[in-house]
Amino acid sequence: MSRFLSVTLSGLAGGMIYAAVALSLVLIWRATRVLNFAQGAMAMFTTYLAYYVLDHDGSYWLAFAVALLSGLLLGAFVERVLVRPVESGPHLNAVVVTLGIFIFLQGLAGLLFGGRFRSFPTTFSNKNYNVGDVSTLSPFEIFVISSVGLVAVLLFALFQYTDVGLRMRAAAFEGEIARMLGVRVGQMLTLGWALAAVAGSLAGILVAPSVFLHPNNMDGVFVFGFTAAVIGGLDSPVGAIIGGLGIGVLLSYVASYAGGDLQTLAALGVLVFILMVKPSGLFSSTATRRV
Amino acid sequence: MPDAGGMSLEVKDLVTSYGAIKALRGVSLNVPAGSITAVLGANGAGKSSLLRTLSGLVRPRSGSVLLDGKEIAGRAPEDVVQMGMSHVPEGRGVIAELTVDDNLRLGGLWRKDKADRGRALEEAYALFPPLDQRRKRLAMTLSGGERQMLALGRALVARPRVLLLDEPSLGLAPRITSQIMALVRRLCDETGLTVLLVEQNARSALSVADHGVVLNLGTVVASDDPAKLAADDNLRHAYLGF
Amino acid sequence: MATLALPRRGPFASTIVRHLTVAVVGGLVLLLLTSSVNAYRDFQIANVGYYVVAVAGLTVLTGLNGQISLGHGALMMVGAYTAALILDRDNPPPLVVVLVLCVVVTAVVGAIVGAAAARLRGPYLAGATLAFAVGLPGLTSHYAGTFGGDNGLSVFTSPPPASLGVDFPSERWQAWITLAAALVTLVLLANLASSRVGRSFRAVRDDEVSAELAGIHVARTQVLAFVVSAACAGLAGGLLAVVSGQATPGAFSVALSLAILAGAVLGGLGSLAGAVYGAVALVALPAISSNASERFDFGTDVKSNMPLLVYGALLVIVMLVAPQGLQGGVRRLAGLLRGRSPAQPARNESVTEVSVTEPEG
Repeated sequence: MSRFLSVTLSGLAGGMIYAAVALSLVLIWRATRVLNFAQGAMAMFTTYLAYYVLDHDGSYWLAFAVALLSGLLLGAFVERVLVRPVESGPHLNAVVVTLGIFIFLQGLAGLLFGGRFRSFPTTFSNKNYNVGDVSTLSPFEIFVISSVGLVAVLLFALFQYTDVGLRMRAAAFEGEIARMLGVRVGQMLTLGWALAAVAGSLAGILVAPSVFLHPNNMDGVFVFGFTAAVIGGLDSPVGAIIGGLGIGVLLSYVASYAGGDLQTLAALGVLVFILMVKPSGLFSSTATRRV
Repeated sequence: MPDAGGMSLEVKDLVTSYGAIKALRGVSLNVPAGSITAVLGANGAGKSSLLRTLSGLVRPRSGSVLLDGKEIAGRAPEDVVQMGMSHVPEGRGVIAELTVDDNLRLGGLWRKDKADRGRALEEAYALFPPLDQRRKRLAMTLSGGERQMLALGRALVARPRVLLLDEPSLGLAPRITSQIMALVRRLCDETGLTVLLVEQNARSALSVADHGVVLNLGTVVASDDPAKLAADDNLRHAYLGF
Repeated sequence: MATLALPRRGPFASTIVRHLTVAVVGGLVLLLLTSSVNAYRDFQIANVGYYVVAVAGLTVLTGLNGQISLGHGALMMVGAYTAALILDRDNPPPLVVVLVLCVVVTAVVGAIVGAAAARLRGPYLAGATLAFAVGLPGLTSHYAGTFGGDNGLSVFTSPPPASLGVDFPSERWQAWITLAAALVTLVLLANLASSRVGRSFRAVRDDEVSAELAGIHVARTQVLAFVVSAACAGLAGGLLAVVSGQATPGAFSVALSLAILAGAVLGGLGSLAGAVYGAVALVALPAISSNASERFDFGTDVKSNMPLLVYGALLVIVMLVAPQGLQGGVRRLAGLLRGRSPAQPARNESVTEVSVTEPEG
C-alpha cells in the first residue's frame, strides 16, 4: 500500500510535466487548429540551450530563464514564418510542416550538441520526504508541480482577465469576426504559439533530469502530452491538465508494475481507446468532433 | 452614440470576384452622412459581398470606396473599423464561446480612450436591457433576437460613424425586427450615424430608409426614394418579393 | 502511371502490359547498371531498392488514400524482426519465402493498426501512428530474450548462388534482390492504382461522403489501403534486415518514419515515379552529407545529423513552396517551358489546392 501511494504521488509529479506539454498543444490547437508535432522537439532544443548555459557556469535559474525565453521566441518564429503560410490550407500540409520542424530540430540538436545522453542537474534534491513509511515527493517534484501549476494559473489569468487575453480568445474562436472588431488576429496567433511554446519548454527543462538530455528524449514525452491533450478533448486547457495528471499516474503504475519500456505502448492504448470510445475527449466543451 | 456624427460613404465601380465568379460587377452608390440607405435584392444578388468588400474582408478587384472622402478600398478589416466603419455580419456573428460582456467589450478594445470604452459599454447595456441581465452568460445561450442585439451593441461600442448592417431581421420575429429597425432609425436621427442596411426583408428596410438601392447579379438595377421603389410593381415582383 | 508516359495505343493499350514492359526495360537497365559499378555503389543501390518499396507503400496510403502515417518505420521494424527471427532458425526457408512471410506478418499488424486508423482523421491519425512509432521499439527491450534488446538480432543470409561465380560481390546480389522486390512492388502498386480498388482509394481520399454515396465502403477501403501500405513496409523492413545483416531497434526510430514521409512528400505524394526519386534522395542525402563531412572534417555529429536536418528542411520547404513535390515541380516547370499546353494549367491548379493529389490519372 505504501508503495502504491508513493508510485501514485510520483505519477502526479510526472503528470504535471505531461500536463504542460498537453497545455501547449491545446493552446495551439485552439488558436490555429494545428497540432504542433514539433512541440516536443522545440522543448528538447530549448532544454539543450539551457544545458549550454549550465555547462558554461551559468546558474540553474539563468538556464531556466533561457529555456523559457528561447521557447517564447522559437514558438513565435515557428508560427509566424513557417506555419502561417499553411495554416489555412489542407490540414495535412500543416502536419507535414510541423513534422519537418520536428526532425530538423532533432538533427540540429544532434549536430550542435552531439548524440550522447547527458545528465541534467537541478538545484533541488531528488530525495523523497518520508511521511510515516510512505516515501512521498522530493523537493524537485514539489518544484515541478508548483512551477507547472504557477504557469497554468498565470496563463489562465492572462486569457481570462486581460484585454490581450480577450483578444487572443476572440482570434482563436472566430478569426474573421475578431478582425472586424479591430483585433490583429495574426499577432494574436503568433503570441498564442509563443506562450504555448513556453509551457512546452518548461516541460522540457523539468523532464530532462529524469529522462536525460538527448535529441530524442522528448519523443515519448510528446506522445504522453498528446495523449493527455486528447483525453482532455484537445481544446480544453483544464482537460489537458487533468488528462496530464491521469496519464502520469497511469504510466507510473505501468512503469513500476509492468516495465518502463511499455509506457509508450500503454499511452498508445489509452489514446486509441479514448479516440474510439469518446473522441470528443472527457472535458471538451464543443459537442462534436471529427477525428 | 457616435460622438462626432456620421461620415459619408461613396462607392464607385466596385468589382469583387471569388475565383472566376464575379460577385460584384461594378457597383456604385452614395450614402450621405447621417442617412440610412437600404440595399435590397434576392439571395445571391451580391448584398453580403458588397458589405464584406466595404469592410475589408474581401479585397476588391477594382473600384473605389471613399469613407468621408478618404480611399479605403483594399484596407484590412481591422484598419477599416478603426477608421470609423463597423460591420455587423450576417447570421448574428457573435462569438458564441465568449460571454455577453466579453463580446461587448471586444467591440471597443481597439480604442485608446479607456474611460470612454467603459461609458460606451454602459450605454450599450442601457440600449439593450436584455443584455444587461445576461452579462456573464455565454453568447451561445442567447436567443436569436438577443444575439442580434449583442452584435449591434458590440458594433456600437466602437462608436462607429458608419454602420454596415447585414440582414438584421434574418430569422427574427416581426415584432423584434421592427424594434431593431426603429432603433437604427433613432440612432441615425439622434446621433447622425450613417447606415448601410442590407436586407432581404425589403418592406421593413424601406420603412426606415432614406434611400433604397436594388442589387441583382452584382449590379445596381434601381436606386431611388424608398416610397418610389415600393410603388414600382415590376421591381417589387422581380427583385423584392412583396 | 508507373514510370514513363508511354503512348496508350497499340500493344500498350493494356495497363498490365504497359507496366510490365516498363518494369522489364527498367530491370534490364538496372542489371547493366549494377554490373558496371563498384561494391559500395551496389550497396547503395540495394538501399535504394528497399526505400523504394517503403516510400511507394506510403505514397499509396497518403497520396492515393489521403491517410497519413508516421508509423511506417515501426511497420518496417515488424518486417525486419520477422526476417531476423525466421532466418535465425536452423533450417531457414528460401529468401523469397522469408520475404513473403515478412509481408504477411506486417500486413496483419497493418490490418490491426489500420482498423484503428480508419476511424481517425488528420492530426489524430498522425498522433496515434507517431505513438506507435515511438512505442514499438520499447517491446524489444521489454522482451529482450526474444528480440535481443538494444543490440537487436543478427540476420544471417545466404551468399550469392554459386552459379554466378565465386567472386560475385554479395552487394550486387543484394542489390538484385531489393531491386527485383522494388520492381515487383511498383508493378503491383501501379496496377492497383489504375484498378477499381485504386479508384475507390482516390474516391475516399477526395470526398468520403460522396464515396459512401457511390457505394464504396469507406472504412473497409481505408483499412485495405493501410494493409497494402503496411505490407510494403514489411517487405522493405525484411529487405533492410537482409541488406544490413541485422535488426536493431535504433534503426527504426521515429526519424526513419519521418524520413520515409520526407521521401514520399519529396516525390510528390501520389505518383509512384515520385516515390522512386524520393527513395534515391533518402540514400543520396546521407551519402552526400557523409562525403561532405569527411572532406571538411566535420566529425560524426555533423555526419549523422545532417540528413535529418535536410529532411526536415525539405519537408518544410516543399510544403511552403511546392506542395505537390518534386515530381509536380518538374512537371510544372516542363509545362512552363512548353508554353503551357491547354490541359496543363487546370491540372496544376487542382494539384496546388489539394496537397494530396495524384497528378496522373
